[in-house]
Amino acid sequence: MSEIKIETPLNLDKIKDLKAGDRVYLTGTIYTARDAAHERLVNQIENKENVPFKIQNATIYYVGPCPAKPGEVIGSAGPTTSYRMDKYTPLLLDKGLKGMIGKGLRNEKVIDSMIENKAIYFAAIGGAGALISSCIKESRIIAYPELGAEAIRELYVENFPLIVAIDSKGNNLYNR
Amino acid sequence: MREISTTIIIEKVKEMCISANRNLGKDVIDKIEQSLREEKSLIGKDILEKLLENANIAKEKQMPICQDTGMAVFFVEVGQNLVISGGSLTDAINEGVRQGYKEGYLRKSIVGDPILRENTNDNTPAIIHYDLVEGDKLRMLFAPKGFGSENMSRVAMLKPSDGIEGIKDFVIDTVKKAGPNPCPPIVVGVGVGGTMEKACLLAKKALMRNIGIYNKKSHISGLEKELLKEINKLGIGPQGLGGNTTALDVNIEVFPTHIAGLPVAVNLNCHVARHMNIEI
Ligand code: SF4
Repeated sequence: MSEIKIETPLNLDKIKDLKAGDRVYLTGTIYTARDAAHERLVNQIENKENVPFKIQNATIYYVGPCPAKPGEVIGSAGPTTSYRMDKYTPLLLDKGLKGMIGKGLRNEKVIDSMIENKAIYFAAIGGAGALISSCIKESRIIAYPELGAEAIRELYVENFPLIVAIDSKGNNLYNR
Repeated sequence: MREISTTIIIEKVKEMCISANRNLGKDVIDKIEQSLREEKSLIGKDILEKLLENANIAKEKQMPICQDTGMAVFFVEVGQNLVISGGSLTDAINEGVRQGYKEGYLRKSIVGDPILRENTNDNTPAIIHYDLVEGDKLRMLFAPKGFGSENMSRVAMLKPSDGIEGIKDFVIDTVKKAGPNPCPPIVVGVGVGGTMEKACLLAKKALMRNIGIYNKKSHISGLEKELLKEINKLGIGPQGLGGNTTALDVNIEVFPTHIAGLPVAVNLNCHVARHMNIEI
């Protein structure tokens, strides 16, 4: 079990040798989106409208954080269950999404699309929201502020502890 | 007749919402520590260590243990010799939730209509189950319930002939199907008997019990221990990434039922097994 440090934006070179089960510390810019934001993103793509951030090589974190206390960057911010995003994910992968961070299983369609588009899925520790929030150094709402916790945020993270759950070849840690 | 004013109830509910979400109970922490000593998987150990570290950070910084600060669920026992003054008890509980979730910087996770899905922005309404009891006290059990685990819960109307084996199979199958989604290690609440809705209520109430406390009936506590062992043999492990710590505890509640039925409900809770109770 190795520990690896990587930085966003991800690309094929950075992820091709990562294997399911590897422990990774991620640094750089990532974007938050969960159920409602995914629905909007996909609608915008289908209607050929502009989306709030460049999907190509981006990493999306499935999270709906708690509000920040005064003086804090963000509140508790652990992952939400990923399968609810499965319906929207293949289209985002086709548009170049490289990394996803969440928790739990993905369906066949997502895994097939990950293999085809060479993308990676990381598990963050569900329920470790306080710990993860201490890795988040900057947070800014960039779209859909009316969605509250579900708005899209641009985060800058430092050494975010992750485990490769499904690698770019489709090896799935949950199946072992 | 004893009188309690809604002002006091609002204040108590508010405090309870904030505190339960920030301070993980000692029963849960002790059990995770014990599991860490017994866990064989390296990734599993690493995760359990991080969960303890997380609980620590939450307590020190007084922030939520998990960002899903849940739907506010209450079991309220109202003494029949008690008078509530200053408004309705339900309104007071909801007001306490409203204030607690705002002042505690907790996440507002409730939509006002399940189809239209507009956030109510104050985490109300709460789910409140009332019981009228003897005496003049007000007792409230509170659990902020996250939906990663709630979504993996199930109910089955078994046949009496399915018996204890049927119950075991259903519980184990539910845990298997849930896999990593309810944030294992989990707490398994099981309700057996009653009617369909009664079984579900029993399962929820079972989650309000401290870890390590068993059912008073010996044939039920035996089943609790047996199921815990079986579940931890499944290999799901912390976060579903493998290991022998899949569940922290199994709590079963039972109730009389009909000659033709054997309702079983399984309500899952995650390792952030928040629950608190107060008596006023
Ligand atoms: S299941 Fe529990 S630990 Fe996991 S995200 Fe939901 S509330 Fe948090």
